[in-house]
Formats: sequence, structure tokens, C-alpha cells
Amino acid sequence: MAVMSFIEAINLAMKEEMERDENVFILGEDVGKKGGVFKATQGLYEQFGEWRVLDTPLAESAIAGVAIGAAMVGMRPIAEMQFADFILPAVNQIVSEAAKIRYRSNNDWSCPLVVRAPYGGGIHGALYHSQSVEALFANTPGLKIVIPSTPYDAKGLLKASIRDEDPVLFFEHKRAYRLIKGEVPLDDYVLPIGKADVKREGDDITVITYGLCVNYALQAAERLHDDGIEAHILDLRTVYPLDKEAIIEAASRTGKVLLVTEDNKEGSIMSEVAAIISENCLFDLDAPIMRLAGPDVPAMPYAPTMERFFMINPEKIERAMRELAAF
Amino acid sequence: MSVEKIIMPQLGESVTEGTIEKWLVKPGDHVNKYDPIAEVLTDKVNAEVPSSYTGIIKELIGKEGETYPVGTVICTIEVVEEKESSNISEAIRNATKEPVKVKVNEPNYGENIPKQKNRYSPAVLRLASEHNIDLEQVTGTGLNGRITRKDVLNFIESMKDGNVPSVERQVQEPVQTQETSPSPSPVQPKPIHIEKQAGDVEIPVSGLRRTIANNMVRSKHEIPHAWLMMEVDVTNLVQYRDSIKKQFKEKEGFNITYFAFFVNAVAQALKEYPMLNSVWAGDKIIQKKDINISIAVATDDALFVPVIKNADDKSIKGIAKEINELSQSVRSGKLKSDQIQGGTFTVNNTGSFGSVQSMGIINYPQAAILQVESIVKRPVVINNMIAIRDMVNLCLSIDHRILDGYICGKFLNRVKDILENTNYYEKNIY
Repeated sequence: MAVMSFIEAINLAMKEEMERDENVFILGEDVGKKGGVFKATQGLYEQFGEWRVLDTPLAESAIAGVAIGAAMVGMRPIAEMQFADFILPAVNQIVSEAAKIRYRSNNDWSCPLVVRAPYGGGIHGALYHSQSVEALFANTPGLKIVIPSTPYDAKGLLKASIRDEDPVLFFEHKRAYRLIKGEVPLDDYVLPIGKADVKREGDDITVITYGLCVNYALQAAERLHDDGIEAHILDLRTVYPLDKEAIIEAASRTGKVLLVTEDNKEGSIMSEVAAIISENCLFDLDAPIMRLAGPDVPAMPYAPTMERFFMINPEKIERAMRELAAF
Repeated sequence: MSVEKIIMPQLGESVTEGTIEKWLVKPGDHVNKYDPIAEVLTDKVNAEVPSSYTGIIKELIGKEGETYPVGTVICTIEVVEEKESSNISEAIRNATKEPVKVKVNEPNYGENIPKQKNRYSPAVLRLASEHNIDLEQVTGTGLNGRITRKDVLNFIESMKDGNVPSVERQVQEPVQTQETSPSPSPVQPKPIHIEKQAGDVEIPVSGLRRTIANNMVRSKHEIPHAWLMMEVDVTNLVQYRDSIKKQFKEKEGFNITYFAFFVNAVAQALKEYPMLNSVWAGDKIIQKKDINISIAVATDDALFVPVIKNADDKSIKGIAKEINELSQSVRSGKLKSDQIQGGTFTVNNTGSFGSVQSMGIINYPQAAILQVESIVKRPVVINNMIAIRDMVNLCLSIDHRILDGYICGKFLNRVKDILENTNYYEKNIY
């Protein structure tokens, strides 16, 4: 075990997988010599050479397209989008090709591809460097969307994504990169995709969230603990397809559910989670399902005060948790 | 013209509900602001609810004999507002300033009444039906008193511990639901149906009688009572009191009673044995600093326990005066709620109606009650000689959770000691 940052865990996962399987390779903007704008691929170019860590032109549709083609003929590409915001030119490739090829070819072809992309705000990145794009992809059967919250989960889930036989979108909260540190085993392990994880046990209220907000919710839960309120926290880890069983179990446990996402509220991942709960848990609910999310405005503002207004933080979660607990 | 609501007022701190003893008005009556509209009973005191408005009584929502939480709407009144048309903005300002005034003709889900009282979540309803729980018996801790899922789960837990009877178990008993008997106490089982024979007189249980009944049930149900009795030779005290009785009455205008001497002795002994001046508070015992003696005062059909505050600071004369005043308040029905609050120990003058031995029920949540019995002349052996002495029995009931016999014996011996040494030379009544 070693204590490492979120981004170090991601780097380690790719390193281990590239050492294990020579079909694994990385492509993206500045991922080679520079080691990535966030240094996620640092040292890999040096270790594996320019044929396995490819610097690409500024053309996300090409990055995705090349990766999809390579994956279909047996390679294991990891395509990095420099920011999740820039994935949009590649949507056609990902949604129409990668997601559908197995279905379209009646199982003759598959696309074992990972698209990594840093998402989320809180780093003064404004509208082109702060978006949460998971909901855009979250009704595309054939895709999996993984968003880890801890270094341990990041390593285990990224390795699982690389080994998965189908395309996985792997979103990493950029503020978590160096903010969140944790114990990570140095040996080989994978975590199951599609499984949520209980990050904290409690019987007063349930908080369901993912990504950086898990960390914020845990902080808020500790403050509530001092007042005798125990929060049950479920980390979705995979936001598409959702772990319905875990969601139902966590919601039924307390009957008071708070759903948190940094994404714009309407049509978010949490809208779907709320629907699952209301479809399955009516007789266990003790309060209206509550959602805490970013406002429905077009983009993350640049002004620090306005960015704080947009962003989820432990205080906002704490306030919502207390309100729900009091109901 | 608008319709206003009158709510159950908060009559004293820590009072959470009140029973409407009697309506003093009926629909259609014209009342002025501050006119009494109802007699309400809280704890053990009657109070009159004044009208908050001048107008015509529209509807009496509260029923006589029923208990309502503070803030419940008990009646509505049609109010003539002269200023309404001339100054609407002021009316709006007043309305926002005082949320109590809610117009009834607007859709209203009860600003004043606990909103969530009968609104249950699916989880609560499911648990209640699965476990056969009467939700009326569950106390809500949620927003506006809402019963939460956790409240029901805790209730189920407490049922398992055998603390609260479940509905199912009650049903096995021969009970009949009576529409006229609300049971404010959750502990109280439903009444057993008793046939009325020809010639029997049916006396409805008044609010006051019910309050007394509930208090007694609660005390007897919850407190493990234990009893002690000591006989005290008060010959000297009797002689002393007889010698000053006439003069005292002329000078002070009221009687110097034996009871004042007893209360004085108890207050003094409590100072030395503060454990008897405690209350049981669930997970702890609270030893009270002030010595406030509750005294039981009976009328023909009821029992009150007004309080002599800080009795240890007061002389025998001071206590006698206060007993006199409190008794008069009780008999004239003018007891105020602050006169019955804060008691820490009760002394009961059972001797006044001839009793020589009794086992009192503790005035909840106090730790003990002392019954002062009749003073009677009895042959007593003193120094191997038989003498005729004035003897009195002191009967002490104790909460055995708080107190043990040993400490109570010492306390009672101290009271005895003080009383036996009360005479003209050693004790000044002033």
C-alpha cells in the first residue's frame, strides 16, 4: 500500500496495464512528451516509447475514430480527451460507432476502448474547461460511464475499464487529481464496473452521489455525525448503466434520500436515480427525494464568486442533509 | 369582515397542551376583545382563554373535555375590521407580522396546527400496518411533529422491550371503543366496558378528574414506590401551638396550623438530606437546589398541589400564611399556573380528614411524598412509665429508583427530631 494522489493512481493503473498487455496504448493531445496537461501520462512516453504513447493533432473526432478502429482489430486503446468539454466533436464516433458496433455486427465485432477525460469545475476553468458531460452519454446503451471518487477506486476501475470488452467512458474530476489522496495497493487489482459502493454506513439519511461530490458528502457527513445524524453514503462509481440494486437498497435503508451531482440539475444522472427510486421504493420512502445539483445555466462562470455559486461544496451538501434529516 | 382563528394558547412554560373544560360562548355570541371564551385546563390549573378579537363567534372547533396541543385552532370568530378598507397595506403588514392571524377563507393547510399530524409517508404507513401500530400513539420528531420512519422503528423497538402495549395485545382484552373517551396519556389502556344498572348514576369524567387520573396512573405505573412510617411525639409542639394560637389569630388574622410546623420541619430536613429533593430524569437524577414544597389541597371533587416556593427560607409564620393563601386560591378557583409549578417535594395533610396511616402516590416526577397523619392522644412508654402523649404518624412514599430506605430513614428521623424538639423555648415561629 502507498498513499498517493488521485492522478498518481490513474497513472499507475495505465502503467501496470501497459506492462501487462502490449496491446494497450495511449493516444491524445500532449499525452506523450509533455506527459499530459495534468501529467496523467507522465513517464509513460519515456517507458513505453512513441509507438505506444501517441501525441495526436487537435482533433477529438480523429482521436476517437482512430481508437475505435484500433480497438475493433484487437488493440486496447486509451484515448485521452484533454478536457471532457472537448469530447463533443467525437460524439458521433463514440455514440454511433463505438457504442453500437457489437449490436450492429451481431456480436462479430467489439470495441474494447477507454476514453479518459477530466471533467468538472472548481479550478477557474470557466465554460470550456469545467463541464460535466456524463449525462450527454448516459442514455446510450452500449456505453459504460465510470466516474471514480478515490485513488483506490480510480486505479481498480481504470484497470477494469481497460480490460473491458466494450467501450468505457472514464471521467476523472480534475479538481480531485491532486486534492484527494488515499491508500492504493501497489499490486494488481480490479474493481467491478457497474457496481456502486457504500462509502459510509448510516441510518438517518441516504446520500447518493459520485465523483468529487462523494468526498464532499463524506466531509458533510462527519459534521452531521457530531450532532448524532448518521448519513449513509452510496458512491455510484458507474453512472451508466446504474447499479439499480444498490440504489434501491441504499434508498430503502433510510427512506430519506439526497442525490448530489455537480452537473446541471434537469436531466442529470440524478434524475434517473430518482426515477429508479420512485419506481421501486415507494413504500420505503419517508421524505420526498431531494436533489442537490448545479443550476440550470449554460456554463460554469469564470468569476470566482459565481463559480462558487455554481459548484457543489461540503457546506451546501451539509445544509441539504440537515434539511432532509429534520423532515 | 373576516374570519379569524383562535388557537389553544400556551398557558405557562413547558405546557404543551390544554383541555377545554367548558366553552363560555356559543356560535353567534358577540364577544369583545379579551372577553373570556373558554375555560381551559392545563397541568392542574384552570385558566380562561381570552378572545383575541372583537367579533361574533362563528364555530367552536374544540370540544369540551378534549385535549389539544398548544397552537391548535379551537374556534373561529368573525371579526369586523373598521380599518380594513381604509388601509390595506397596514392589514398586510399586520398579517405578516403576526402569523397567528390566518384568514380562513383562503386555502390554508393550517399555519398554526401541526401540519404533518395526519400526513404519513408511505414508509410510515407500511411499517404501521406491518406491525399493527396505532400511529396516534407514536410521537413525531420530524418537521412540524411529522412522524418519521425512524420514529416508528423506535416505537417498534420500544414495543419489543415491552414498554408500550401494541394495539394487537390490547384487542385481546375485552374493550369497547367509546367515542367519548379520548385518552391523552399514551400509557392509559382503553376503558373496559361496564354495564350500567338501573338506578346507577353516571358521572362524566371532567377534564380535571382526567388530569388527576392521568397523573396518578403515570406515577403509579412508572415509579417503584416504597413506604416507611415513623411515629413522632409532638406533645411539646401541640402545647406550644395551643399556647400561641389565640394570640396569633388576633395579631395575624389567620390560623397557625400544625401543618405549618410540619412543612417547616420537612424543609429544614430536606436541606440536610438533599437527595430527597431530587427528580428522576431518565438517565440521570437531578438534585434540585430550591426547596419548593408542594402541598396537597383538596376540594369536594378535586385535588390540587400548589407550591410553597423556597420553603427553607421561610419562617413558620411565613409558611402558615402561604398555606392559608394557597388554600383560599384553591377554594375560590383562582389558582394561577405559576402557583402550581416547580414543586420538588410534597407534604400531604392527610391528618386533616382523620387518617392515621396512608400510602401516598408520589407527585410525579418528585422523589417522595410525606403524609402527615392525625395527631392523636395515645399511651406511650417513656422511661418505663406510661404517659399520655400527642402522637402523629409520618408516612413517607419514596421513589426507590432514586432513594433507598436507609437515607429515607435518616431523613425521617431528622424530621422527627426537629418536631419533637419544637417547643416554646427552642423554636420561634417568626
